[in-house]
Order: sequence, then C-alpha cells, then structure tokens
Amino acid sequence: MKTPIPHDIPLPLPAAEGFLKILLVVSFIAHILFVNLMVGGSLFTLYYQWKAKQKKLYDDLAQFIAQTITVNKSMAVVLGVAPLLLINVLYTVWFYSSNALTGIAWILVIPLVAIAFLLTYLHKYTWEKWRNQRTLHMSIMGVAVLIFLFIPLIFLANVNLMLFPDRWSEAKGFFSTLLIGNVFPRYFHFLAASIAVTALFLVWMLKTKWTASYKTLLDQRVTLAREFYKIALGISLAQFFFGPLLLFTLPKVGLSGSLYLAIGCGVFFAAFAMHLMAKEIKTLTDTQFAQRILPISILMTLTVLFMASGRHLYRENALASHKEAVRQKTEAYQAKVKEAQLAASEIEALAGGGNRGQKLFQSCAGCHAKDTRLVGPPLTEIAKIYEGNPAGIVAWAKAPGKKRADYPQMPPMTLPDEDLKAIAEYMLGSH
Amino acid sequence: MDFPLFHLDFLGNRLLIALIATLHVVISHSLAVGGMALVAMMERKGLRDSSWDQIAKKTLFVFFVVTTTVGAMTGVGIWFSASLVNPTAIASLIRVFFWAWFVEWLVFVTEVVMILYYYLTWDKWTGDRKRAHVQLGFNLALFSWITMVIIVAILAFMMDPGSWHQSKNLLSGFLNPIYLPQLAFRTPLAMVMAGGAAYWVLCFVKVDDELRSKATAFIGKWILGWLPFLLLGSWIYYQVIPEAMKAHMGVAITTQEYISWYKSTLYTIFGAVGSVAVIALSAITFKKLPKLVMILPFIFLIGLMGMFERSREFIRKPFAIGGYLYANGIRKDDYPLLQKEGILAHAPYVSIREITPENTITAGRELFTLTCTRCHTVTGVNSVTDRFKVMYGAEKWEPQKISDYIAVMHQARTFMPPFPGNEKERFALATYITSLQNNPEKLEGVQSHGLEFNAKDESKVPASVQEVNQ
Repeated sequence: MKTPIPHDIPLPLPAAEGFLKILLVVSFIAHILFVNLMVGGSLFTLYYQWKAKQKKLYDDLAQFIAQTITVNKSMAVVLGVAPLLLINVLYTVWFYSSNALTGIAWILVIPLVAIAFLLTYLHKYTWEKWRNQRTLHMSIMGVAVLIFLFIPLIFLANVNLMLFPDRWSEAKGFFSTLLIGNVFPRYFHFLAASIAVTALFLVWMLKTKWTASYKTLLDQRVTLAREFYKIALGISLAQFFFGPLLLFTLPKVGLSGSLYLAIGCGVFFAAFAMHLMAKEIKTLTDTQFAQRILPISILMTLTVLFMASGRHLYRENALASHKEAVRQKTEAYQAKVKEAQLAASEIEALAGGGNRGQKLFQSCAGCHAKDTRLVGPPLTEIAKIYEGNPAGIVAWAKAPGKKRADYPQMPPMTLPDEDLKAIAEYMLGSH
Repeated sequence: MDFPLFHLDFLGNRLLIALIATLHVVISHSLAVGGMALVAMMERKGLRDSSWDQIAKKTLFVFFVVTTTVGAMTGVGIWFSASLVNPTAIASLIRVFFWAWFVEWLVFVTEVVMILYYYLTWDKWTGDRKRAHVQLGFNLALFSWITMVIIVAILAFMMDPGSWHQSKNLLSGFLNPIYLPQLAFRTPLAMVMAGGAAYWVLCFVKVDDELRSKATAFIGKWILGWLPFLLLGSWIYYQVIPEAMKAHMGVAITTQEYISWYKSTLYTIFGAVGSVAVIALSAITFKKLPKLVMILPFIFLIGLMGMFERSREFIRKPFAIGGYLYANGIRKDDYPLLQKEGILAHAPYVSIREITPENTITAGRELFTLTCTRCHTVTGVNSVTDRFKVMYGAEKWEPQKISDYIAVMHQARTFMPPFPGNEKERFALATYITSLQNNPEKLEGVQSHGLEFNAKDESKVPASVQEVNQ
C-alpha cells in the first residue's frame, strides 16, 4: 500500500451489509438502464436528424426519439439517487475519497447535466419553429450529446479510482485519474451498451401505442425495426471486443473465479439474445411484429444482472484488504478515543477549587491582557472605568456596544450571569 | 480529518454548498411543493371556466421544465457538494437517516413519474377524464409535500438531535424537537412563494386581458390566504430555536461586519413581508398589477428564504450535527484524544507528524486544511486573513497572541468550534496564519495538488491484513 490507511465513520450501517449490497446492484441496474436510454437516445436523435436530409421519414423518427429523451433523463436522475445513497453508505471512505480527488469534475456534473437537460427541452420544443434553421437546431442537440458523452467519464473515473486506494497518491486532478485502472475500456463498453439498449427500446416503442400518433413511422415500422435490430446485433457483436478488453485490462487485484463465472453467465444469455435478434431480422413482418422483443429483453436483463454482479464481485475483491485494514485501524482508534475521554473526565473532576473567576477569565484572555492591548483594551483600563461596579461589566459583556473607533466590536458573551459576575469581580480585584 | 479534503480558496466551500442548496430550495419549495398545489387549483377552476386551462398549463410548463432540470440536478448537487465540503457530516447523517432518505427516494420517484404523467397527459385526459386529471394534480402536490415532510426532519435534526444522543436510532432522530415547527414554517412559505413564482410566469406569457386580470386577482388571494399561516409558522418555529442558537441570530442574519445593522435588517424583513401583503391586496382590489410590481413578491420571498436558510445553517454552529459533530468535521468525542496527542498524529493524510522549528509553517498549513477550511479560505470568501485583520488591524501579528486567542476563541465567538489539536499544533497554526499577513498565498485542495502524506506511513498495513486477499 502506498497511501496511508484512513479511519471509517464510527456509526453502524443502517441494515445488514449483504442486503444493502443487493439493493445497490439492483437499484444501479434500474438507474443505468435509463442512463443508457438517455445517452443512446440523444445519439440516435442526432444521427437521424442528420440523415433527415435524405429522407423525411428520419425527421419524424428523430423527433419521436427526442420525445423519449426528456422522459428518460428524468427517470435516470431520480433513479440514480438510490444507488448514490447506497454507495455512499457502503463505501463511504472509498467513494468520498475519489470524489474529493476528482473534486472539480465531480461538482461540474451538476451544472453540465442541468445545461444538457435544458438543451434537450429547447431542442424538443423548437422542432417546428426552427425547421428552417437546421444547423442551429441540430447543434443544440450536438452540445447536449457532447455533455452526455463527457459525464460518464467523470462517474467512471470515480467508481474506478475508489477501487485502488494504493494508487490514490497518483491522482493529481481529474484528468490524471483517467489513467488509473481501466477507465477507457469501461467507457467504451458503456457507450456500446447504451446504443444497443436504445435500439432494442426503439423496437419495443414501435410496438406500443406510444407511436400511434406517428403515422409515417408506423407505416415503415418493419423496415425501421429491422434497422434497429441490426444496430443492436452489430453493437452486441462489438461488445465481444470491448468486453474482453475491459476484463483483461482490469488490475489483477480484484480478479477471482467467481468473477469469471458471473461474466461467463452474462455472455451466455447475451449470445442467446443475439441469436433471437438474428432470427427477428430474418422473420420480421407487420403481422408478426417484434414477437421476440420480450424474451430478448428478459435475456438482456439477465446479462446485465450478471455483469453488474461481476462488477460488484470485482469491487469487493479489490477492496477486501484495504477494507480490513481500515476496520482494524478504526477499531484501534476508537479504543484510544474512549480512553482519552475517560482520562479527560477524571482530570475535570479533580480540577475543582482555585479561584473561579480567574479560571473563567480564560474565556476572555484571548482578547484582554493585564496591561497591554490585545484585541480589546487591557484590564487596567477596564478597571478604571468600572471601579466598584462589577455589574456594569456583566451588563456590557452580555450586550456590548461599540465605544472605540479603532477597536473591533466585542461579541456578546453567553456565559451564565453568576459566571460573568465572578469574572467581573476577578477583573476588578486583580489590580 | 479522515478524508482527503477538497477546498475552493476563492469561493469557499460553504458558499459552494450554499449556492447549490439555495437554488434547490427555492425551486423545490416554490415550483414543486407550492407550485403543484397552485397549478392544480387553477386547473380545477378550469372545470367551470375553461379559459383557466391555458394559464394553468403554461404555468405548469415553466414549473415542469425548471424542476426537472435545474431543480432535479441541484437536488443531486446537494449530495455531491456535501460529499466534498463536509464528508464526515454527510456520511454520519446518511448512516442515521438512511431509511428516511430511502423512503423519501421512493416518494420522489413517485413524484417524478406523476409530474411526467401530469404534464404529458394534459391534452389527452379531456372531457370526462379532466376531473381525474385535476385529482392527479392534487395527488402530485401531496407527494411533493411529503418529500418536504421527510427532508425537514433531517434538517431539523442537524440543529437539535434531541434524544438521539442517548439512543442513536432513526426514530428518535426523526422526532427531534425542531421538526414539526420547522415544517409549520416551510409549508406556508412554499405556498406563498408559489404565488410569487406564478406572478413571474404571468408576466412573461401571452394570455388575453380578461384571463390575466382573473389570474392576477386569484394569485393575490392565494398569497394573502397563506401569509397569516406563514407568520404563525415563523412564530412557532422561533419559539423552539434553542436559546444558545438565538444568540447567534444577529451574526447569522447580518454577518459579523454588519451585526450593528441587525435591527434595521429585521425591520427590512417585516417590511418585505408587509409589501408582499400590500401587493397581494392591490392585486385582489384592482385585478391588475404593473409587471414591475408583479415580479417583486418572488424576489422579496427569495431574499427572505435565503436569509432563513443562512441563519438556519449558521445558528446550528459550532456544530454540523448538534452536540455530535463540529462544523470542522471532527467529532466532539474525538476532542480529548486529539487535544492530547495532536491531530497530526492521527490524521491519515498529513506530511508532518512531528512539528519542528523548520517545518512549523508547513505543519500550520496542514492544520489549517484539517481544522479551518470547511468554513474559511485563505484569500477568498470568509478568509482567515480578513478575520484577523478585523481584530488586529495593521499591527504586526504575533504567533503567540494568535495562538492564545485561538485557545479561547470558541468562548468569545460561540459559533466557532474549539481548536481540536494540542498546544504545539495551535502554535504552528498561529505561525502559519501570521505568515499570511504579508504573504497571503492561495491554499489548494486535494482536487488539484493530490494527496499529501508522510513517507513513513506507506505500507503500514498490518501483516494480518496482507493475507486477506490471498
């Protein structure tokens, strides 16, 4: 380990750790599904709007997909809160450390995504109005797409960096963290998944009543669905490159047999789903429209479930030794904390007696010295003003005014009256 | 102390979180909690007089777009910024309030689905289904309010944890003494603010004159109807703020520099609330308001709310979690140990463990990062140099004087936590601060310069741990 071991928060987890981890994996899948649809949807919208020059149909298609982005993005954000909460509570030390190490980029997520969201609304609601300013209209979505493509890098940098505490010392700003672990293979795997998931989503949308008002799309839905299936299948094939790339670039520290098993199961279901996609491409007709979309979605969900579990297993393995070290260190530290508390309370009990006013005066000594000016005037001066009038000092201390132009105003003291009186008597009697 | 510390020396960490949180609170109160209730009311009026429908829908459109973009993201932004600004505080809160937040999340998901549904079905659920659509609007308003019911418990807990200190469980934390009074204050505030926000929409949308005057009068009635509850709520809330916190109210509202303006600021607040009432009353009477006047209530109310949130954040000091965690991110329980053995002995990410005459200033800088930067900067907002300039003026600063002051500072400035380190560390910190008088150098956070630590601390992993992974 190159970096020192920190302490954990000494409060218990709100539920059994295993249960929280299952919640994390499941809620994360729900979140990432809508993120995929949001990112993929914006890419598809831009692509088809660009192609609309050749064919009017693609303009309708782009507009239809744009309608889905603004809904999916709201779901993506709200469903992201649960996994965020869970990762915060389960991996407090590791997640918050990587947040801080990538701090500027981490906080920029907020304004950037808010801007991208506003742009998607602007793009959606100016479709008819800016029909003649195609470049302007497309570039609005273009900027949103750029933001949507950048943000995943920030999240990936964080969930990646948190796994390798021994390399935290290499982090010098966000961009340097992109080189730790395997951020980019993860990124390409994610982008490819976004496109494939969105393509399948669009096939499903063509089947539902949501497309009812889009006559031109319905007329062409077999051609369109075939195109989407081809994209989904092609990208899934590409994942056979990105997937192994991700796996083999993972730092060794978290690799285990169970990880390979989980990934293997995921690949199995994905291959099965791809087989069904290929069948669909061959047999798709308007009367038997997208009949296998449900089994394909179920198989893909299983794939994602296994992949996400594999990812969780890797995280657990990679952090195991550091976690244990943190646990031991926290325990030892808390024992010391208790010991010191006990000792302090004993000292306090012994410290009775002595001049009470003198002791309490310590609260004032930061600003008032015997015969020199510190922040406020010296005691010699105060004693002259309040000679024989300790109550005057008490009254002043509780609600000070401002008498001297070259001194800052004194803050009001909140000690009980009898303490203030003891202090005042000490102040007047000590000369 | 246990986390790498993010720091913004220009803006200040406090202001970062304040900007994001204030924006979120303004949007969530006025456009979601109050806004949805107001829109549903307007839509209901449309059942009898269909002209209302267009203004209701236009208002909803604006509220919908703003809440689902800036509103949603600043909500997440509070989590993001809290993890950077005070990781120990937010981590502790999550451990205690996990299930409250989880339930809130479920309500929140419902709220988002409902607002999407509500907006997207506006033109589809017509005729017989219109009544159901109005009902959907009221249900949405209820769910928005429930999210507030839950989150206010947590905010109130941060001010006064009540009996949680003994039992340390969720329920006792939830039922803290400030909870219901704060809810009694925030609910009518949200409603009144919604009226202010609706006036803004009315200023900028195109509607015919007749509808405009009807809407002007109705929003006026809405505001005036809720104002007494707002006054009552603030009075109830003020009653339960602990005495020690009230003592900070002056500085909280006006800042240290302007404390002498406290009284006049209070008059301004009453003046602002009064003028909102007058504007609402004239809207009802004349059924017409100049645009310039129409935008005023929302501005006044945002100002009022900003002041309220600032004082709420401020008066809970010196704590981040009352009686448990100080604003500097260090637990009260840890103090005896740290004041005896030193923070530098226990903080993981410091380069200096032993203070020597040669490394005093560097040690002081590390101590400044550990104990001061959650609230103070070196050169920016609320900078430590400004604070000491106020006290010592142009006079030459002296480490011993400053060190003596820091030792008792929390008794004079009761919103400051006590210094958590030992005497040697206090002197090193004072030496660093002294060095800033003529040479204020920007302090960088871990997000730019990376982690600093002592070479001796490397590979300090116990042998027993090394094997866990095998």
